[in-house]
Amino acid sequence: MDAYAGPVEQGARIVTKTIQAVPEAIPKPKFPEAVGYAFLGAYTLLIIATVIVFAMQRLRPQRNYDELRLRIKTWWIIVVLTTFALGFNTYFSIFCMAFVSFLAFKEYLSLIPTRRADHRVLFWAYLAIPFQYVLVGLAWYGVFIIFIPVYWFLIMPMRMVLIGETQGFLRAVGTLQFGLMTCVFSLSHAAYLLVLPAAGNPNGGGVALLFYLVFLTQFNDVAQYVWGKLFGKHKVTPTVSPNKTMEGLLGGVATTTFLAFTLAPWLTPLNHVQALGIGLLIGFGGFIGDVTISAIKRDLGIKDSGSLLPGHGGILDRLDSLTFTAPMFFHVVYFLYY
Amino acid sequence: MMKFFRPLCRWLFVVCVAYPICLVVLGMNIRHRNRLPLKGPAIVTPNHNSHLDTLAMLTLFPLSVIPKVRPVAAADYFMKTGLMGWFSLNFVGIIPIVRKRENPDDDPLAPCYEALERGEILIIFPEGTRGEPERMQQLKSGVAVLASRYPDVPVVPIFMHGLGKAMPKGAFVPVPFFVDVFVGQGLTWTDDSQGGDKKAFMAAIEASMHLLGEKHERPEYD
Repeated sequence: MDAYAGPVEQGARIVTKTIQAVPEAIPKPKFPEAVGYAFLGAYTLLIIATVIVFAMQRLRPQRNYDELRLRIKTWWIIVVLTTFALGFNTYFSIFCMAFVSFLAFKEYLSLIPTRRADHRVLFWAYLAIPFQYVLVGLAWYGVFIIFIPVYWFLIMPMRMVLIGETQGFLRAVGTLQFGLMTCVFSLSHAAYLLVLPAAGNPNGGGVALLFYLVFLTQFNDVAQYVWGKLFGKHKVTPTVSPNKTMEGLLGGVATTTFLAFTLAPWLTPLNHVQALGIGLLIGFGGFIGDVTISAIKRDLGIKDSGSLLPGHGGILDRLDSLTFTAPMFFHVVYFLYY
Repeated sequence: MMKFFRPLCRWLFVVCVAYPICLVVLGMNIRHRNRLPLKGPAIVTPNHNSHLDTLAMLTLFPLSVIPKVRPVAAADYFMKTGLMGWFSLNFVGIIPIVRKRENPDDDPLAPCYEALERGEILIIFPEGTRGEPERMQQLKSGVAVLASRYPDVPVVPIFMHGLGKAMPKGAFVPVPFFVDVFVGQGLTWTDDSQGGDKKAFMAAIEASMHLLGEKHERPEYD
Protein backbone atom coordinates (compact mmCIF):
# COMPACT_ATOMS: atom_id res chain seq x y z
CA MET A 1 0.00 0.00 0.00
CA ASP A 2 2.72 2.35 1.07
CA ALA A 3 4.66 1.71 -2.07
CA TYR A 4 1.81 2.99 -4.12
CA ALA A 5 1.25 6.19 -2.19
CA GLY A 6 3.90 8.11 -4.14
CA PRO A 7 2.69 7.97 -7.72
CA VAL A 8 -0.99 8.32 -6.89
CA GLU A 9 -0.26 11.40 -4.87
CA GLN A 10 1.91 12.81 -7.62
CA GLY A 11 -0.57 11.98 -10.32
CA ALA A 12 -3.35 13.53 -8.32
CA ARG A 13 -1.38 16.68 -7.66
CA ILE A 14 -0.65 17.22 -11.33
CA VAL A 15 -4.21 16.45 -12.27
CA THR A 16 -5.72 18.88 -9.79
CA LYS A 17 -3.36 21.53 -11.01
CA THR A 18 -4.50 21.20 -14.61
CA ILE A 19 -7.98 19.76 -15.09
CA GLN A 20 -10.17 19.14 -12.08
CA ALA A 21 -12.48 16.52 -13.56
CA VAL A 22 -9.94 13.86 -14.58
CA PRO A 23 -10.13 10.70 -12.45
CA GLU A 24 -7.16 10.25 -10.17
CA ALA A 25 -5.99 6.89 -11.50
CA ILE A 26 -2.65 6.98 -13.33
CA PRO A 27 -3.37 6.86 -17.03
CA LYS A 28 -1.88 3.66 -18.49
CA PRO A 29 0.75 4.91 -20.92
CA LYS A 30 -0.19 3.24 -24.17
CA PHE A 31 2.00 3.44 -27.21
CA PRO A 32 1.32 7.01 -28.36
CA GLU A 33 0.92 7.93 -31.99
CA ALA A 34 3.78 10.46 -31.84
CA VAL A 35 6.18 7.72 -30.78
CA GLY A 36 4.99 5.55 -33.65
CA TYR A 37 5.92 8.29 -36.09
CA ALA A 38 9.18 8.85 -34.25
CA PHE A 39 10.09 5.20 -34.72
CA LEU A 40 9.16 5.47 -38.39
CA GLY A 41 11.61 8.37 -38.55
CA ALA A 42 14.32 6.25 -36.93
CA TYR A 43 13.75 3.45 -39.43
CA THR A 44 13.86 5.97 -42.27
CA LEU A 45 17.22 7.23 -41.04
CA LEU A 46 18.50 3.66 -40.89
CA ILE A 47 17.34 2.98 -44.43
CA ILE A 48 19.05 6.17 -45.62
CA ALA A 49 22.26 5.21 -43.81
CA THR A 50 22.14 1.73 -45.32
CA VAL A 51 21.66 3.14 -48.81
CA ILE A 52 24.47 5.68 -48.36
CA VAL A 53 26.97 3.06 -47.22
CA PHE A 54 25.90 0.78 -50.06
CA ALA A 55 26.42 3.63 -52.54
CA MET A 56 29.78 4.54 -51.02
CA GLN A 57 30.98 0.97 -51.39
CA ARG A 58 29.80 0.98 -55.03
CA LEU A 59 31.52 4.28 -55.80
CA ARG A 60 34.77 3.42 -54.10
CA PRO A 61 35.15 -0.36 -54.26
CA GLN A 62 38.84 -0.12 -53.33
CA ARG A 63 37.99 1.24 -49.87
CA ASN A 64 36.83 -1.16 -47.19
CA TYR A 65 33.54 -0.25 -45.55
CA ASP A 66 33.03 -3.55 -43.71
CA GLU A 67 33.31 -1.93 -40.28
CA LEU A 68 30.72 0.69 -41.17
CA ARG A 69 28.38 -1.92 -42.62
CA LEU A 70 28.70 -4.07 -39.54
CA ARG A 71 27.95 -1.03 -37.42
CA ILE A 72 24.77 -0.25 -39.33
CA LYS A 73 23.69 -3.86 -39.27
CA THR A 74 24.03 -3.80 -35.49
CA TRP A 75 22.07 -0.52 -35.43
CA TRP A 76 19.22 -2.31 -37.19
CA ILE A 77 19.18 -4.98 -34.53
CA ILE A 78 19.31 -2.40 -31.74
CA VAL A 79 16.42 -0.39 -33.20
CA VAL A 80 14.26 -3.47 -33.84
CA LEU A 81 14.87 -4.75 -30.30
CA THR A 82 14.09 -1.30 -28.90
CA THR A 83 10.82 -1.23 -30.82
CA PHE A 84 9.86 -4.55 -29.23
CA ALA A 85 11.02 -3.44 -25.79
CA LEU A 86 8.90 -0.28 -25.89
CA GLY A 87 6.00 -1.58 -27.96
CA PHE A 88 4.18 -3.82 -25.49
CA ASN A 89 3.69 -2.64 -21.96
CA THR A 90 5.43 -0.41 -19.47
CA TYR A 91 6.53 -3.22 -17.16
CA PHE A 92 7.96 -5.22 -20.03
CA SER A 93 9.90 -2.12 -21.10
CA ILE A 94 11.25 -1.67 -17.57
CA PHE A 95 12.26 -5.33 -17.48
CA CYS A 96 14.14 -4.93 -20.77
CA MET A 97 15.94 -1.87 -19.48
CA ALA A 98 16.87 -3.72 -16.29
CA PHE A 99 18.42 -6.37 -18.52
CA VAL A 100 20.37 -3.69 -20.40
CA SER A 101 21.67 -2.39 -17.05
CA PHE A 102 22.63 -5.95 -16.15
CA LEU A 103 24.58 -6.37 -19.40
CA ALA A 104 26.34 -3.05 -18.90
CA PHE A 105 27.26 -3.79 -15.28
CA LYS A 106 28.45 -7.27 -16.20
CA GLU A 107 30.63 -5.82 -18.91
CA TYR A 108 32.02 -3.25 -16.48
CA LEU A 109 32.82 -5.90 -13.86
CA SER A 110 34.47 -8.07 -16.50
CA LEU A 111 36.78 -5.18 -17.41
CA ILE A 112 37.90 -3.93 -14.03
CA PRO A 113 40.27 -5.61 -11.61
CA THR A 114 38.31 -7.57 -9.02
CA ARG A 115 39.28 -9.43 -5.88
CA ARG A 116 38.69 -13.09 -5.38
CA ALA A 117 37.59 -12.39 -1.82
CA ASP A 118 34.72 -10.24 -3.12
CA HIS A 119 32.81 -13.05 -4.82
CA ARG A 120 29.82 -12.58 -2.52
CA VAL A 121 30.09 -8.81 -2.54
CA LEU A 122 29.76 -8.88 -6.32
CA PHE A 123 26.63 -10.97 -5.95
CA TRP A 124 25.22 -8.27 -3.67
CA ALA A 125 26.19 -5.62 -6.17
CA TYR A 126 24.19 -7.42 -8.86
CA LEU A 127 21.27 -7.63 -6.45
CA ALA A 128 20.94 -3.84 -6.65
CA ILE A 129 19.72 -4.15 -10.26
CA PRO A 130 16.39 -5.94 -9.63
CA PHE A 131 15.76 -3.77 -6.56
CA GLN A 132 16.37 -0.55 -8.45
CA TYR A 133 14.13 -1.49 -11.35
CA VAL A 134 11.36 -2.77 -9.09
CA LEU A 135 11.45 0.67 -7.49
CA VAL A 136 11.08 2.10 -10.99
CA GLY A 137 8.12 -0.21 -11.61
CA LEU A 138 6.50 0.92 -8.37
CA ALA A 139 7.22 4.53 -9.35
CA TRP A 140 8.47 4.98 -5.78
CA TYR A 141 10.53 8.07 -6.48
CA GLY A 142 11.67 8.76 -2.93
CA VAL A 143 13.45 5.40 -2.59
CA PHE A 144 14.42 5.11 -6.26
CA ILE A 145 16.53 8.24 -5.97
CA ILE A 146 18.44 7.21 -2.82
CA PHE A 147 18.56 3.42 -3.07
CA ILE A 148 21.98 3.12 -4.77
CA PRO A 149 23.62 6.41 -3.73
CA VAL A 150 22.71 5.91 -0.06
CA TYR A 151 21.57 2.41 0.90
CA TRP A 152 23.75 0.36 -1.43
CA PHE A 153 26.60 2.80 -0.92
CA LEU A 154 26.54 1.79 2.74
CA ILE A 155 25.67 -1.88 2.32
CA MET A 156 28.48 -2.71 -0.13
CA PRO A 157 31.38 -1.72 2.16
CA MET A 158 29.58 -3.36 5.09
CA ARG A 159 29.38 -6.66 3.24
CA MET A 160 32.98 -6.22 2.17
CA VAL A 161 34.29 -5.46 5.61
CA LEU A 162 32.55 -8.55 7.01
CA ILE A 163 34.74 -10.63 4.71
CA GLY A 164 37.74 -8.86 6.17
CA GLU A 165 40.12 -8.56 3.21
CA THR A 166 41.72 -5.12 3.52
CA GLN A 167 44.25 -5.37 0.69
CA GLY A 168 42.80 -3.30 -2.16
CA PHE A 169 39.67 -2.46 -0.14
CA LEU A 170 39.30 1.15 -1.23
CA ARG A 171 39.81 0.37 -4.89
CA ALA A 172 37.33 -2.50 -4.75
CA VAL A 173 34.60 -0.57 -2.96
CA GLY A 174 35.17 2.53 -5.09
CA THR A 175 35.11 0.78 -8.46
CA LEU A 176 32.01 -1.19 -7.49
CA GLN A 177 30.08 1.90 -6.47
CA PHE A 178 31.13 3.71 -9.65
CA GLY A 179 29.87 0.79 -11.70
CA LEU A 180 26.52 0.73 -9.91
CA MET A 181 26.12 4.48 -10.28
CA THR A 182 26.81 4.54 -14.02
CA CYS A 183 25.37 1.24 -15.21
CA VAL A 184 22.39 0.95 -12.88
CA PHE A 185 21.51 4.22 -11.16
CA SER A 186 22.11 6.52 -14.13
CA LEU A 187 20.52 4.27 -16.73
CA SER A 188 17.50 3.58 -14.52
CA HIS A 189 16.60 7.26 -14.89
CA ALA A 190 15.77 6.54 -18.51
CA ALA A 191 13.38 3.82 -17.34
CA TYR A 192 11.82 6.09 -14.74
CA LEU A 193 10.61 8.37 -17.53
CA LEU A 194 8.12 5.61 -18.37
CA VAL A 195 6.35 5.80 -15.02
CA LEU A 196 6.12 9.57 -14.74
CA PRO A 197 2.48 10.69 -14.62
CA ALA A 198 1.19 10.91 -18.17
CA ALA A 199 -0.37 14.30 -17.50
CA GLY A 200 3.11 15.85 -17.34
CA ASN A 201 3.67 15.29 -21.04
CA PRO A 202 0.52 15.63 -23.15
CA ASN A 203 2.62 14.83 -26.23
CA GLY A 204 2.97 11.10 -25.78
CA GLY A 205 3.78 10.71 -22.07
CA GLY A 206 6.89 9.07 -20.65
CA VAL A 207 7.59 6.79 -23.58
CA ALA A 208 7.87 9.83 -25.87
CA LEU A 209 10.34 11.44 -23.45
CA LEU A 210 12.34 8.21 -23.36
CA PHE A 211 12.45 8.05 -27.14
CA TYR A 212 13.44 11.72 -27.31
CA LEU A 213 16.30 11.18 -24.83
CA VAL A 214 17.67 7.95 -26.31
CA PHE A 215 17.28 9.03 -29.93
CA LEU A 216 19.00 12.38 -29.39
CA THR A 217 21.80 10.82 -27.35
CA GLN A 218 22.55 8.17 -29.96
CA PHE A 219 22.07 10.59 -32.84
CA ASN A 220 24.48 12.97 -31.13
CA ASP A 221 27.14 10.23 -31.05
CA VAL A 222 26.71 9.59 -34.75
CA ALA A 223 26.59 13.30 -35.61
CA GLN A 224 29.81 14.00 -33.70
CA TYR A 225 31.45 11.07 -35.43
CA VAL A 226 30.35 12.18 -38.90
CA TRP A 227 31.26 15.88 -38.37
CA GLY A 228 34.62 14.79 -36.99
CA LYS A 229 35.27 12.51 -39.95
CA LEU A 230 34.38 15.23 -42.43
CA PHE A 231 35.92 18.34 -40.92
CA GLY A 232 37.88 17.23 -37.86
CA LYS A 233 41.19 19.03 -37.31
CA HIS A 234 41.71 20.20 -33.74
CA LYS A 235 41.90 17.54 -31.08
CA VAL A 236 39.65 18.27 -28.15
CA THR A 237 40.75 15.56 -25.68
CA PRO A 238 44.18 14.54 -26.97
CA THR A 239 45.12 12.40 -23.98
CA VAL A 240 41.80 10.60 -23.51
CA SER A 241 40.33 10.12 -26.95
CA PRO A 242 42.64 11.36 -29.72
CA ASN A 243 39.98 10.82 -32.41
CA LYS A 244 37.62 13.40 -30.93
CA THR A 245 37.88 16.82 -32.53
CA MET A 246 36.50 20.25 -31.75
CA GLU A 247 34.83 20.31 -35.19
CA GLY A 248 33.14 16.99 -34.48
CA LEU A 249 32.00 18.09 -31.03
CA LEU A 250 30.59 21.47 -32.09
CA GLY A 251 29.06 20.18 -35.32
CA GLY A 252 27.47 17.31 -33.41
CA VAL A 253 26.13 19.53 -30.65
CA ALA A 254 24.70 21.97 -33.21
CA THR A 255 22.98 19.16 -35.11
CA THR A 256 21.63 17.62 -31.92
CA THR A 257 20.38 20.98 -30.65
CA PHE A 258 18.62 21.64 -33.95
CA LEU A 259 17.00 18.21 -33.80
CA ALA A 260 16.07 18.64 -30.13
CA PHE A 261 14.40 21.93 -31.03
CA THR A 262 12.55 20.43 -34.00
CA LEU A 263 11.30 17.28 -32.25
CA ALA A 264 10.37 18.88 -28.92
CA PRO A 265 6.85 20.05 -29.89
CA TRP A 266 5.90 16.52 -31.01
CA LEU A 267 7.40 14.47 -28.23
CA THR A 268 7.82 16.69 -25.17
CA PRO A 269 6.16 19.47 -23.20
CA LEU A 270 9.31 21.64 -23.62
CA ASN A 271 9.00 25.17 -24.99
CA HIS A 272 11.47 26.55 -27.54
CA VAL A 273 14.01 27.90 -25.10
CA GLN A 274 13.91 24.79 -22.95
CA ALA A 275 14.30 22.58 -26.00
CA LEU A 276 17.42 24.47 -27.07
CA GLY A 277 18.82 24.08 -23.57
CA ILE A 278 18.06 20.34 -23.54
CA GLY A 279 19.72 20.00 -26.96
CA LEU A 280 22.93 21.58 -25.64
CA LEU A 281 22.71 19.49 -22.48
CA ILE A 282 22.39 16.23 -24.41
CA GLY A 283 25.04 17.26 -26.93
CA PHE A 284 27.69 18.18 -24.38
CA GLY A 285 26.58 15.66 -21.73
CA GLY A 286 26.75 12.84 -24.26
CA PHE A 287 30.26 13.89 -25.20
CA ILE A 288 31.39 13.90 -21.57
CA GLY A 289 29.82 10.48 -20.96
CA ASP A 290 31.59 9.15 -24.02
CA VAL A 291 35.04 10.41 -23.03
CA THR A 292 34.54 9.32 -19.42
CA ILE A 293 34.12 5.70 -20.48
CA SER A 294 37.03 6.23 -22.90
CA ALA A 295 39.17 7.40 -19.98
CA ILE A 296 38.27 4.25 -18.05
CA LYS A 297 39.14 2.07 -21.03
CA ARG A 298 42.43 3.89 -21.49
CA ASP A 299 43.21 3.47 -17.81
CA LEU A 300 42.58 -0.27 -18.14
CA GLY A 301 44.52 -0.46 -21.40
CA ILE A 302 41.72 -1.74 -23.62
CA LYS A 303 40.15 -0.46 -26.83
CA ASP A 304 36.60 -1.78 -26.73
CA SER A 305 34.60 -2.48 -23.63
CA GLY A 306 33.46 -5.81 -25.06
CA SER A 307 32.23 -7.52 -28.20
CA LEU A 308 28.49 -7.73 -27.70
CA LEU A 309 27.71 -5.27 -30.50
CA PRO A 310 29.69 -6.07 -33.65
CA GLY A 311 31.09 -2.88 -35.20
CA HIS A 312 30.48 -0.87 -32.03
CA GLY A 313 32.41 -2.84 -29.43
CA GLY A 314 30.74 -3.61 -26.14
CA ILE A 315 27.42 -2.46 -24.78
CA LEU A 316 29.19 0.20 -22.68
CA ASP A 317 30.63 1.67 -25.86
CA ARG A 318 27.04 2.32 -26.95
CA LEU A 319 25.62 3.37 -23.58
CA ASP A 320 28.50 5.57 -22.44
CA SER A 321 26.81 8.83 -23.45
CA LEU A 322 23.48 7.75 -22.01
CA THR A 323 25.00 7.22 -18.57
CA PHE A 324 25.40 11.00 -18.45
CA THR A 325 22.48 12.25 -20.50
CA ALA A 326 19.80 10.07 -18.83
CA PRO A 327 20.06 11.55 -15.32
CA MET A 328 20.70 15.07 -16.67
CA PHE A 329 17.69 15.01 -18.98
CA PHE A 330 15.51 13.35 -16.37
CA HIS A 331 16.17 15.87 -13.65
CA VAL A 332 15.68 18.90 -15.86
CA VAL A 333 12.36 17.58 -17.17
CA TYR A 334 11.33 16.41 -13.71
CA PHE A 335 12.09 19.82 -12.26
CA LEU A 336 10.20 21.65 -14.98
CA TYR A 337 7.10 19.48 -15.44
CA TYR A 338 6.52 17.00 -12.62
CA MET B 1 13.87 -46.51 -25.98
CA MET B 2 17.21 -45.98 -24.22
CA LYS B 3 18.60 -44.98 -27.58
CA PHE B 4 16.52 -41.83 -27.49
CA PHE B 5 16.51 -41.29 -23.75
CA ARG B 6 20.11 -40.13 -23.41
CA PRO B 7 20.27 -37.70 -26.31
CA LEU B 8 16.98 -36.22 -25.13
CA CYS B 9 18.31 -35.76 -21.61
CA ARG B 10 21.46 -34.20 -22.93
CA TRP B 11 19.61 -31.73 -25.15
CA LEU B 12 17.35 -30.90 -22.24
CA PHE B 13 20.35 -30.26 -20.02
CA VAL B 14 22.11 -28.10 -22.58
CA VAL B 15 19.03 -26.07 -23.54
CA CYS B 16 17.57 -25.66 -20.04
CA VAL B 17 20.73 -25.40 -17.92
CA ALA B 18 23.84 -24.69 -19.97
CA TYR B 19 22.31 -22.12 -22.34
CA PRO B 20 20.58 -19.94 -19.72
CA ILE B 21 23.64 -19.93 -17.45
CA CYS B 22 26.30 -19.50 -20.12
CA LEU B 23 24.50 -17.34 -22.66
CA VAL B 24 22.22 -15.18 -20.49
CA VAL B 25 23.73 -15.03 -17.01
CA LEU B 26 27.36 -15.12 -18.11
CA GLY B 27 27.71 -14.29 -21.80
CA MET B 28 30.31 -15.93 -23.99
CA ASN B 29 32.77 -14.37 -26.34
CA ILE B 30 34.20 -17.07 -28.59
CA ARG B 31 37.24 -16.57 -30.78
CA HIS B 32 38.02 -19.02 -33.64
CA ARG B 33 34.91 -21.10 -33.17
CA ASN B 34 35.49 -22.59 -36.64
CA ARG B 35 38.45 -24.52 -35.24
CA LEU B 36 36.19 -26.67 -33.05
CA PRO B 37 35.94 -30.26 -34.23
CA LEU B 38 32.32 -31.00 -35.12
CA LYS B 39 32.97 -34.63 -36.00
CA GLY B 40 34.48 -37.29 -33.83
CA PRO B 41 36.73 -38.84 -32.97
CA ALA B 42 38.38 -35.78 -31.49
CA ILE B 43 39.64 -34.45 -28.17
CA VAL B 44 39.28 -30.90 -26.88
CA THR B 45 41.43 -29.82 -23.95
CA PRO B 46 40.26 -26.69 -22.11
CA ASN B 47 41.79 -25.27 -18.96
CA HIS B 48 39.81 -25.92 -15.79
CA ASN B 49 38.74 -23.30 -13.27
CA SER B 50 35.17 -23.98 -12.34
CA HIS B 51 32.28 -26.41 -12.47
CA LEU B 52 30.85 -24.04 -15.06
CA ASP B 53 33.64 -25.01 -17.48
CA THR B 54 31.76 -28.11 -18.61
CA LEU B 55 28.59 -26.10 -19.22
CA ALA B 56 30.57 -23.55 -21.20
CA MET B 57 32.13 -26.27 -23.32
CA LEU B 58 28.74 -27.80 -24.05
CA THR B 59 27.36 -24.48 -25.31
CA LEU B 60 30.18 -24.27 -27.85
CA PHE B 61 28.94 -27.24 -29.84
CA PRO B 62 25.82 -27.22 -32.02
CA LEU B 63 22.91 -29.20 -30.59
CA SER B 64 23.12 -31.78 -33.35
CA VAL B 65 26.59 -32.80 -32.12
CA ILE B 66 25.83 -32.66 -28.38
CA PRO B 67 24.98 -36.37 -27.94
CA LYS B 68 28.47 -37.17 -29.22
CA VAL B 69 30.27 -34.68 -26.95
CA ARG B 70 31.44 -36.37 -23.75
CA PRO B 71 33.10 -34.60 -20.82
CA VAL B 72 35.62 -36.87 -19.14
CA ALA B 73 35.24 -36.59 -15.36
CA ALA B 74 36.53 -38.14 -12.15
CA ALA B 75 34.38 -41.06 -11.03
CA ASP B 76 35.28 -40.57 -7.35
CA TYR B 77 33.76 -37.09 -7.44
CA PHE B 78 30.80 -37.30 -9.79
CA MET B 79 29.73 -40.91 -9.16
CA LYS B 80 29.85 -40.54 -5.36
CA THR B 81 26.10 -40.74 -4.92
CA GLY B 82 23.65 -42.64 -7.06
CA LEU B 83 21.53 -39.66 -7.97
CA MET B 84 24.46 -37.47 -8.94
CA GLY B 85 26.00 -40.32 -10.91
CA TRP B 86 22.76 -40.96 -12.77
CA PHE B 87 22.40 -37.26 -13.55
CA SER B 88 26.04 -36.88 -14.59
CA LEU B 89 25.89 -39.88 -16.88
CA ASN B 90 22.58 -39.20 -18.58
CA PHE B 91 22.22 -35.43 -18.58
CA VAL B 92 25.79 -34.12 -18.60
CA GLY B 93 26.96 -37.18 -20.50
CA ILE B 94 30.20 -37.69 -18.62
CA ILE B 95 32.63 -40.52 -19.14
CA PRO B 96 33.62 -41.44 -15.57
CA ILE B 97 37.28 -42.21 -15.03
CA VAL B 98 38.54 -44.06 -11.97
CA ARG B 99 41.62 -42.08 -10.97
CA LYS B 100 43.05 -44.51 -8.41
CA ARG B 101 43.50 -47.90 -10.00
CA GLU B 102 42.94 -50.87 -7.74
CA ASN B 103 44.50 -53.41 -10.04
CA PRO B 104 47.81 -52.56 -11.78
CA ASP B 105 46.47 -54.07 -14.99
CA ASP B 106 43.46 -51.73 -15.12
CA ASP B 107 43.73 -48.98 -17.65
CA PRO B 108 41.85 -45.98 -16.28
CA LEU B 109 41.58 -44.56 -19.80
CA ALA B 110 39.83 -47.62 -21.23
CA PRO B 111 36.40 -45.88 -21.37
CA CYS B 112 38.01 -43.08 -23.40
CA TYR B 113 39.36 -45.57 -25.94
CA GLU B 114 35.88 -46.96 -26.42
CA ALA B 115 34.40 -43.48 -26.81
CA LEU B 116 36.97 -42.47 -29.42
CA GLU B 117 36.32 -45.70 -31.29
CA ARG B 118 32.62 -44.82 -31.28
CA GLY B 119 33.58 -41.53 -32.94
CA GLU B 120 32.79 -39.31 -29.95
CA ILE B 121 34.30 -35.93 -29.06
CA LEU B 122 35.99 -36.01 -25.66
CA ILE B 123 36.30 -32.99 -23.40
CA ILE B 124 39.34 -33.54 -21.21
CA PHE B 125 40.59 -30.99 -18.72
CA PRO B 126 44.31 -31.77 -18.82
CA GLU B 127 44.97 -29.93 -15.57
CA GLY B 128 42.98 -32.67 -13.89
CA THR B 129 41.42 -30.40 -11.27
CA ARG B 130 40.07 -26.88 -10.95
CA GLY B 131 42.73 -25.63 -8.56
CA GLU B 132 43.27 -21.95 -7.94
CA PRO B 133 40.85 -19.87 -10.01
CA GLU B 134 42.31 -18.35 -13.17
CA ARG B 135 45.75 -19.98 -12.70
CA MET B 136 46.92 -22.72 -15.02
CA GLN B 137 48.53 -25.79 -13.52
CA GLN B 138 50.87 -28.48 -14.75
CA LEU B 139 49.10 -30.68 -17.31
CA LYS B 140 48.59 -34.39 -16.72
CA SER B 141 49.70 -36.71 -19.48
CA GLY B 142 46.48 -38.66 -20.11
CA VAL B 143 45.79 -36.76 -23.32
CA ALA B 144 49.19 -37.77 -24.71
CA VAL B 145 48.43 -41.40 -23.93
CA LEU B 146 45.22 -41.15 -25.92
CA ALA B 147 46.93 -39.28 -28.74
CA SER B 148 49.71 -41.85 -29.06
CA ARG B 149 47.15 -44.64 -29.24
CA TYR B 150 45.02 -42.79 -31.79
CA PRO B 151 47.61 -40.78 -33.74
CA ASP B 152 45.14 -39.33 -36.24
CA VAL B 153 42.71 -37.94 -33.69
CA PRO B 154 43.02 -34.14 -33.47
CA VAL B 155 43.60 -32.59 -30.04
CA VAL B 156 42.21 -29.06 -29.88
CA PRO B 157 43.52 -26.86 -27.05
CA ILE B 158 41.09 -24.32 -25.64
CA PHE B 159 41.71 -21.45 -23.27
CA MET B 160 38.85 -20.01 -21.22
CA HIS B 161 38.90 -16.98 -19.01
CA GLY B 162 36.26 -15.71 -16.61
CA LEU B 163 34.59 -18.88 -15.40
CA GLY B 164 36.88 -19.12 -12.40
CA LYS B 165 35.83 -15.62 -11.45
CA ALA B 166 32.17 -16.44 -12.02
CA MET B 167 32.21 -19.52 -9.82
CA PRO B 168 35.54 -20.43 -8.21
CA LYS B 169 36.12 -23.69 -6.38
CA GLY B 170 34.13 -23.62 -3.17
CA ALA B 171 31.53 -21.10 -4.34
CA PHE B 172 27.95 -22.21 -4.88
CA VAL B 173 26.33 -19.22 -6.49
CA PRO B 174 27.68 -18.02 -9.82
CA VAL B 175 28.37 -14.31 -10.20
CA PRO B 176 27.94 -13.05 -13.76
CA PHE B 177 31.07 -12.27 -15.75
CA PHE B 178 31.65 -12.25 -19.47
CA VAL B 179 33.62 -15.32 -20.46
CA ASP B 180 36.28 -15.40 -23.15
CA VAL B 181 36.87 -18.65 -25.01
CA PHE B 182 39.81 -19.06 -27.38
CA VAL B 183 39.90 -22.13 -29.58
CA GLY B 184 43.36 -23.20 -30.69
CA GLN B 185 44.58 -25.04 -33.75
CA GLY B 186 44.22 -28.81 -33.59
CA LEU B 187 47.36 -30.90 -32.92
CA THR B 188 47.84 -34.54 -33.85
CA TRP B 189 50.33 -37.07 -32.63
CA THR B 190 51.65 -37.59 -36.14
CA ASP B 191 52.70 -33.94 -36.50
CA ASP B 192 56.46 -34.31 -36.80
CA SER B 193 57.12 -31.42 -34.40
CA GLN B 194 56.20 -33.61 -31.43
CA GLY B 195 58.28 -36.51 -32.65
CA GLY B 196 55.99 -39.02 -30.92
CA ASP B 197 57.09 -38.00 -27.47
CA LYS B 198 54.47 -37.74 -24.72
CA LYS B 199 56.26 -35.02 -22.78
CA ALA B 200 56.82 -32.98 -25.93
CA PHE B 201 53.20 -33.44 -26.96
CA MET B 202 51.87 -32.20 -23.63
CA ALA B 203 54.32 -29.31 -23.77
CA ALA B 204 52.97 -28.38 -27.19
CA ILE B 205 49.41 -28.38 -25.86
CA GLU B 206 50.42 -26.34 -22.84
CA ALA B 207 52.29 -23.84 -24.98
CA SER B 208 49.29 -23.47 -27.26
CA MET B 209 46.95 -22.85 -24.31
CA HIS B 210 49.28 -20.26 -22.83
CA LEU B 211 49.61 -18.53 -26.18
CA LEU B 212 45.84 -18.37 -26.57
CA GLY B 213 45.53 -16.78 -23.15
CA GLU B 214 48.41 -14.36 -23.56
CA LYS B 215 46.94 -12.66 -26.61
CA HIS B 216 44.14 -11.42 -24.47
CA GLU B 217 44.27 -8.63 -21.90
CA ARG B 218 42.92 -9.84 -18.60
CA PRO B 219 41.97 -7.62 -15.69
CA GLU B 220 43.78 -8.30 -12.48
CA TYR B 221 42.19 -10.92 -10.22
CA ASP B 222 43.54 -12.16 -6.94
